[in-house]
Order: sequence, then C-alpha cells, then structure tokens
Amino acid sequence: MREAVLRALDVVIDPELDEPITDLGFVHTVDVSPDGDLEVHLRLPTSFCAPNFAYLMASDAKDVLVALQWTREVTVELDDHHDSEIINTGLAADAGYRGTFRHEADQDLDDLRTTFQRKAHTAAMERCLTALLRTDPSRPVEELGRVRIADLPDDAVRDSLLRRRETIGLSCAPEDVVMVDHLGNGYAPDAVPMALRRARSTRISIDGNAHFCRGLLRTRYVDGGSESLSTPIDLELTFSGRNAQS
Amino acid sequence: MYRKDGNSYFIVDAHVALWDARPENQRNIHGKQFIDCFYDYHRNLSPESEVWSYEDYLYQGGERLMKDLFTDGYVDHAIFQPAHLGEFYYKGFGQTDEASELARKHPDKLTYNHNFDPRNGEAGLDQFREDAAKFGLKGVKLYTAEWHGESRGWSLTDPWAYRYFEACRELGVKNIHVHKGPTIRPLDRDAFDVADVDHVASDFTDLNFIVEHCGLPRLEDFCWIATQEPNVHAGLAVAMPFIHTRPKYFGQIMGELLYWIGEDRIQFSSDYAIWTPRWLVEAFVDFQIPTELAEYAPITTDQKKKILGLNAAKMYDIEVPAELQISDADETATGPRGADETADHLVGA
Repeated sequence: MREAVLRALDVVIDPELDEPITDLGFVHTVDVSPDGDLEVHLRLPTSFCAPNFAYLMASDAKDVLVALQWTREVTVELDDHHDSEIINTGLAADAGYRGTFRHEADQDLDDLRTTFQRKAHTAAMERCLTALLRTDPSRPVEELGRVRIADLPDDAVRDSLLRRRETIGLSCAPEDVVMVDHLGNGYAPDAVPMALRRARSTRISIDGNAHFCRGLLRTRYVDGGSESLSTPIDLELTFSGRNAQS
Repeated sequence: MYRKDGNSYFIVDAHVALWDARPENQRNIHGKQFIDCFYDYHRNLSPESEVWSYEDYLYQGGERLMKDLFTDGYVDHAIFQPAHLGEFYYKGFGQTDEASELARKHPDKLTYNHNFDPRNGEAGLDQFREDAAKFGLKGVKLYTAEWHGESRGWSLTDPWAYRYFEACRELGVKNIHVHKGPTIRPLDRDAFDVADVDHVASDFTDLNFIVEHCGLPRLEDFCWIATQEPNVHAGLAVAMPFIHTRPKYFGQIMGELLYWIGEDRIQFSSDYAIWTPRWLVEAFVDFQIPTELAEYAPITTDQKKKILGLNAAKMYDIEVPAELQISDADETATGPRGADETADHLVGA
C-alpha cells in the first residue's frame, strides 16, 4: 500500500524544480490504517520555502490520494514550515487556496502554475538542442531553429520535452519545429542564438535550484542539520533524477 | 588585500551582517526557523573545515567579525547590509547599534548601510531621513519578504516604496541592495519574482540597484532584466559558496552573468556570517570555468579583480591604491556582452 501511495504521488510535481515530489524526497511518512485511512506527511528543504508552492504540492498530493479508489479518510500535512498551521488547517477543511490564505490571496494559482510549466518547457527544449550541438559542435546555431521533433534522437531528453509540450498544449507531431515559444511560434534564424542563450539561462536556473534544494533537504534532515535530531528519518533520496546530467 | 602569483587583489566584501539570533532575542518560532535555515545553508555549502558550531553561529560579536573579515579574511573593506526582521527578533536580526558603532570606529574598513520598510509610511520616512543623517548612509538593504503585522511582503513598485526612493535620491543614498525573499503579497505571485526591479530601475536611473544572490533562484529573469538596465548590478551573496560544492554550477552562473551584464557590474560578497570570506577569496582567485563548459570564455585575472573589489569600491567611493585600478571594459551598456550585433533582438524576443 505504501508503494501504491508513493507511485500515485509520482505525478505531483514541484512546479519550480520540475521534478516529482517523490524523487525530491519531499514525502516524509506514509501511514495506512487497515480500513484505508491514509495519513501522509510532506516536508521541504527549509521552513521558508515559498508558501504558495508548498500549498500547491500539498493540495495536489491530497487530490491524487483522494482519487485512489481504496482510500477513505485522507490526511495530508506539511511539516516544519513557517505556514504549516495555516496550510494544514486549509487542507483539512478543503478550503482551497484562497480559503486557506484568505486576505493574502487575490486569485487562484493557475497563472503561477502556467508560468512554471512554460519555464519547464523552455528548459527541456534547450536540453534537446544543446545535446545536438554537443554531438556536432560545427553545426551553426542559427540552424537549430529548423530542427524538427523527428530529428531528435529517441531518448529520455526527447521524451521529457514531449511531455512538457503536451502539458502546455503544444502538438508533438514529428514535423513540428522544436524551438518554439509557449504559443508554438518559431524563431527567425538571426533570433535563434539569443533565444537559445535565454533558454539556457532558464535551464541552468531550474537545474541549479533543484540541486540546491536536494542538498538542503539532506542537510536539514539527514546530515545533522536543524531538524535531524528531533525528526524520525524515513527519507529515500534519489540522486539520479533526469536533470542530474548537468 | 590578497596576493597570489604576483597579482594583488583589493577585496571588498559587499554584503556582511552582525546578527543576534540567540534564543533570548527570538520573538517566536520563526526566529528559530530563520536562523536554522541559514545554518543549513552554511552546513550544506561550506567545506567541512569551515563549518561553525550552532552556538557560534547564533551570534559572533564585533571582535570576531573584525578577525574573520580583516585579520583572516583578506578583506580591505566590508559593507553591512542588515536585515531587520522585527517580527522574528525582539532587537531585530541585524544589530544596528553594534554594527554602526564598529563602522564609526573603523571608517576605512567598514561602511554601514541601513534599511527601511515602506509600510511604515510617513513616520518611517521621517525615521529614514534621520537614519540617513545619523549613519551617513550611502546605501540601504531592502528585504521584500519582511513580515509586518498582517502583511508578509512588499513590492519595490508599491506607491509608498516610490516615496522612499524619491527620498533616497534627495538624500544621496544611491545604492539600493535588494534581497528578494520567499513571501510576497499577494501570495498568488511568484515569490521570488524580480520584475519589480525592472520597473524601479527604469524609473530611478540615477540610483544603483544591486540584486543580491544575483536573483537566485530566478537567475534567468534577473539576467534578462539586468542586461537591459545599466543601473542593475549582481551581488554574489549565496552564489559564491557554490564554488566549493558545485564548481560547474558556479561556472555557469559566472558565465551567464559575464555574458548578460558584463564584468563591471558584479560584486563579491561572503554574506558573512553565513560564510566567511577567507576560503571564498582563495577559491575564487584559483577558479576557472570548467573546460567542459565550452560555451563560456575563461574568466580573466582582471575580471576577478573587478568582481572581488574594484566594482564595489567604485560604487562606494572606497579608495583603492592607484596601481590596482583597472579601467572599465569597452562593452555595450545594455544587451549581452560581445553580442552587439544581436542586441536589436532584445526587446520582444
């Protein structure tokens, strides 16, 4: 059952780091009672991780667990965060984002989520194109604007791009151009180098944050950091996530 | 001053603090959470030999600060960038009296910057004017995630913030150090969004905006804004220690900054007491961008000299021996460096 819960939680993504919360080690404990009551505790690298993202991951987690047919009462709690009380109360009451943060929230988090889905797409696109450049450094950068999905090697980097294209509503036909913005618009040859540089800074930023957050989580809970003495350890960190190549 | 291989480096540590996070100063659990978060940063990114005990970390005091920076740390001049955090600590986090007194005693070595909070309105503005005169302020440190009653963050574009920036202009407080923190109202927005820097930098072109930790975790947004605004600078607080744990990532950060904003607008700092300057200065002088990152040019010795001290010294009129001066790079004021031919595509790309 614990394994089933973790597999269900694989679809919950940290929007900022573009990785599943299960890979990131954010799932702390999973407790299942004999009659199907479920309690899951999440934890984050610092007490001051952005509360809106924290809420987003916790409420997404609750949604996927409630959707499992065998679960009855589902409790999801966020531990050791400066807003744990607010978020856990909101989750228990199914208050929604605005109900949880009341005067601090004007609208829901759809725009925020969309912003980061677009960034994730930009980064995935850059990974594919830079991989091509590394294979053939003599290829003029301007030509990368003409690369089509069918030109990409059939590997994990391409699959990752396709998933992200799908998420933001772009088609994934073999003849589709790889280098496009979030609306599917391509770039003129002379605009390609700058656009690729900009995409690279997005990819570096996301990868860097993911590594930093993994390291901080480890320090906080495993390597004698601020919470490790008082918190039971039930943490399986995976360091071979799909972004680990950089 | 740091010397190696016949080169001399004038060191300005552009972001240091003298804090008190001891339990008797903690107002609530958040005071403990805040220093614990810093301590985890410290433990996570420091070489083992440089890790302090938790007790040492809670409070250092002026004497230890002078030793860590100036006796052991090669620093010629350091700039206090205090965070107030009045909702977390009774006497505040940055120790105003002790730090400003130290700076008064050692004007050749220390500059004291203070802070303001636009949510304090008219009364805060009066206080800021007093503080500017009392401390002889050249700069301020602004923490946009500061909690304040019901509010847990503010934006540089808030109307009251503009009143304070107008006062900065009038009082000659030219250097605005911005620390983007992790909460902002409304919480719907990206908490680390640096877009407000773009607006104020355009509206106050006579002020310098130094974005601490070079916009991390939004390096890409920071680079994009900074390349278009000649008065936006990168502070390397928090970015520096990656030089030890993740040299390749550090190389990418430096490569991106040098490409988008150039060698004249990047400032070294240790972020003392999160880290200490000695090992960071030594590592940076020895650092080179890994050869596998062929997309970036190597960092030159002159670029390192500028980043380690000359850039901040220039901004703060800190005297530097004439023989150590280096002229500005012959580079574009906006747009990527060495990419003039593509700068036209910047807008709307």
